[in-house]
Amino acid sequence: MDLDLSPVEPFQAEVRAWLRRNVPATPLPSLETEAGFTAHRAWERALGAERLSAVSWPEAYGGRGASPLEWLVFEEEYYAAGAPGRVSQNGINLLAPTLFAHGTTEQLERVLPPMAAGEVIWAQAWSEPGAGSDLAALRATATRVDGGWRLNGQKTWSSRAAFADRAFGLFRSDPAAERHRGLTYLMFPLDAEGVTVRPIGRLDGRPAFAELFLDDVFVPDRDVIGEPGQGWAVAMSTAGNERGLTLRSPGRFLAATDRLLALWREHGADPLLRDRVADAWIKARAYRLKGFETISRTDDIGAEASVNKVFWSELDVELHETALDVLGPDAELEGDWLEGYVFSLAGPIYAGTNEIQRNVIAERVLGLPRERRVGG
Amino acid sequence: MKFVLDAEQRLFGETLHKLLTETGTPALIRRWAAGDRDRTLWTALAEAGVFTLAVPERHDGAGLLPVELVVALHELGRHAVPGPIVETLAAAVLLGEADDEALGARWLPRIAAGEAVVSLVAPAVVRRALDADAADLTLLVDGEEVWSALPEGSAVRSLDPARRLFPVVAGERLAAGPAVPRAAAAAYDLGVLACSAQLVGLGRALLDTTVVYARTRRQFGRAIGEFQAVKHHLANVLTGLEFARPLVYGAALSFGSPDFARDVSAAKVAASDAAYAAARVALQVHGAIGYTDEYDPSLWIRKVRALHSAWGTPAEHRARVLAVPR
Ligand SMILES: Cc1cc2nc3c(=O)[nH]c(=O)nc-3n(C[C@H](O)[C@H](O)[C@H](O)COP(=O)(O)OP(=O)(O)OC[C@H]3O[C@@H](n4cnc5c(N)ncnc54)[C@H](O)[C@@H]3O)c2cc1C
Repeated sequence: MDLDLSPVEPFQAEVRAWLRRNVPATPLPSLETEAGFTAHRAWERALGAERLSAVSWPEAYGGRGASPLEWLVFEEEYYAAGAPGRVSQNGINLLAPTLFAHGTTEQLERVLPPMAAGEVIWAQAWSEPGAGSDLAALRATATRVDGGWRLNGQKTWSSRAAFADRAFGLFRSDPAAERHRGLTYLMFPLDAEGVTVRPIGRLDGRPAFAELFLDDVFVPDRDVIGEPGQGWAVAMSTAGNERGLTLRSPGRFLAATDRLLALWREHGADPLLRDRVADAWIKARAYRLKGFETISRTDDIGAEASVNKVFWSELDVELHETALDVLGPDAELEGDWLEGYVFSLAGPIYAGTNEIQRNVIAERVLGLPRERRVGG
Repeated sequence: MKFVLDAEQRLFGETLHKLLTETGTPALIRRWAAGDRDRTLWTALAEAGVFTLAVPERHDGAGLLPVELVVALHELGRHAVPGPIVETLAAAVLLGEADDEALGARWLPRIAAGEAVVSLVAPAVVRRALDADAADLTLLVDGEEVWSALPEGSAVRSLDPARRLFPVVAGERLAAGPAVPRAAAAAYDLGVLACSAQLVGLGRALLDTTVVYARTRRQFGRAIGEFQAVKHHLANVLTGLEFARPLVYGAALSFGSPDFARDVSAAKVAASDAAYAAARVALQVHGAIGYTDEYDPSLWIRKVRALHSAWGTPAEHRARVLAVPR
C-alpha cells in the first residue's frame, strides 16, 4: 500500500504550468448564461487544442490516454488553478463512457473528436415530467421508420440544453413493453426540425436547464447507441459513471475547501466557524483518499458509487453553507459563493437523488430487505 | 395562564390570510421583483391594522401590540409578502421612542395609515436599506443621531429577487440625543421579533405546500409521501417549526421586560433554523421542479435563506442569548 504520486509528477507539472499560463485572469461570466456559455465553449476549444479537455480518452479521439491517477491529478490541478467550469461535462462524463462501452468505431470517430474540441456541446435528455427518480416510467417514444427513428414526447431538466448543440437520451421504442424493457438510446441534434427547446430558470433565475418538446424528430440509425430495445442497460453504464467519481471529482472540493479556509481567514478567522471550516476541509481530503482507493481497486465498485455521490453532494452543500455563514449579513448578496451555494443545492437532487442513493446503499451494498415499490 | 391565541387574535390572523390568499401573492412578488411598486396591498394591510401595531395611540396607532404583530407577520411570512414591512414597523418604534414629539407627529400617523413606507439602516445590524426605492423615508441611525438617508448608487441583488438592498448616505438630520440609542435598540428588537415571525410563517407555508406535493407526486407507482425517507424529512420540519413558534410568541410576551432582547434573539435563532430546514426539505422533496424560479414555492425558499442572515445572523443572536445580562 502506498500513496506514491511521483510517477505522475511530470504530467502534473506540465498541466500546472499550462494552466498557470492559460487560465483566464478574470473569471468567465456564469456558465448558465448565453454569454458565459460562449466564453466557456471558447475555453473548451483551448483545452481541446492542448488535448486537455478529456485527458483519459485515447489519443486518437483527442485525449492523452491518461491513467485514472493522472486524471485525478489533472482534476486537482484544474480546480486548484481556478479554471472555468466545464461546459462540456455531460458529453465527456456521461455520453463518452457510454460510447466507449456500447458505441461503434464509426460513432466514436464521428462523435468524440468534436466533443473534445469543444465544437459540439452535449446535453443529457433522460428525465421527463413523470419520470425523474423513476426513470423507467419514461414515455417519450422512438418509432421505427425507413432508415431510422422518429422521436416524440417531452424531456425536461436538460442541463444547458438552452445553448447546447446535441442531446442524448432514452426513448420507448416498443410501445408494448413496460418499464425497463423496450427502450432505445439515441443521439439527436437540438436544432433538428421538430425540436423545441424552452429554457427554464433555476433557483437564481439563470437558464441552467431546459425542457425539450419533440415532434416527429428524425434520427438516422447511425445515431442509435447499442442495440435498439437495450437502452436501459446502455443507460445504466453511464449512470454508474455519473454517481462515481467522474461527475464531481475530489479536486473540485479540495480547491473549494482551500478557498473556504482562505475566506474564513480573510474574515477574521471567527472561532465559532472554525470547526465547520475544518470539517469541510477534512472531508475533502477524505474524498481525495477515497478516490485513490476507488481507482486502485480491481473489482467493479457497482452500487458503492452511491456512497461517493451522497458524500460529495452533501459536502458541497455544507461547505457553501459555511461560506455563507462566514459572509454573515452579506450572505444573501449576489456573488461567487452565493452562485456556488445555489449550484450545490441541486447536488442532492440530480444524478439520482440522495434518498434514492441511500436506498441503493441500504439495499444493494448493505443487503437490507427491499422496500416494496414498483420497479426501481 | 393561557399560552394560546385568543379568538380575536386568531380572527385577525385568519382575516389577513384570507386577504393575502385573495391577493395571490406569487404574482405580486414577481411584479415587486421586477420593480413594480404598486401599493394596493400595502394599503389593504394598513386598513386591516397591521401598521398600527407598532405606533403609539397618541399618534393614531394601536399602541405597541407585540402578540398581534407576531400574528400579522406570521401570516405575511406565510404568503411571502414583499416590501419593507419589518423595516417600517421597526422605524415606527424608533420614531415613537426617539423623544421627539414633532418628528413622531410628522411620520407616525402616516405609517399607521399605510401612507408612509419606511426603510432603515443601522450600520452595525442592518447594513443596507431594503427596497429604499419604494420608501417615502429611509432612516439612518448612527449613535445618538437619526438621519433621513438617500440611496447611493444602485441596489445590490439578493438571492430573494424581491429584495433590493441599497447602500445609503446621510441626508438631513432628524433627531439627536441620548434617547436615540435606546429607541434604536428597541426598534431592533422589535424588528428581530417581526422577522422571526415572518420566518416561522414562511417555513409553515413551505411545509404545507410540500406535504400536498408529497401526497400527489407519484414515482415508482406510489405517492412519494409513501416513502419513509420523505415522511421523515417532513416530520423533522414540523418538529422544528413547532418548537420555534412558542419561542416567538414567548418573546412577544416578554416585550417591555429586561429579557426581551434575549428572548427575541432566541426566537430568531430557532425560527431561522426551523425555516431553513423547511426550505431545504421543500427543495429536496420537490426535486428538480423546486429548483426552478418559475415554480412559486422557490420564492419562499429564497426568501428564507435571505432572512436567515437578515436582522442579525444566527451567530450574532446566539451570542446575544448568552451575553444579555440577567
Ligand atoms: C440542476 C439539475 C440539473 C439536472 N440536469 C439534468 C439533465 O441534464 N438531464 C436529465 O435528464 N435530468 C436532469 N436533471 C433531473 C434529475 O435527474 C431529476 O431531478 C432527478 O432524477 C429527480 O427526479 P425529480 O426531480 O422528478 O424528483 P422526483 O423523482 O419526483 O422525487 C421527488 C422526491 O421524492 C423522493 N423519492 C422518489 N422516489 C423515492 C423512493 N423510492 N424512496 C425515497 N424517496 C423517493 C426523491 O428523493 C425526491 O426527494 C437535473 C436536475 C437538476 C436539479
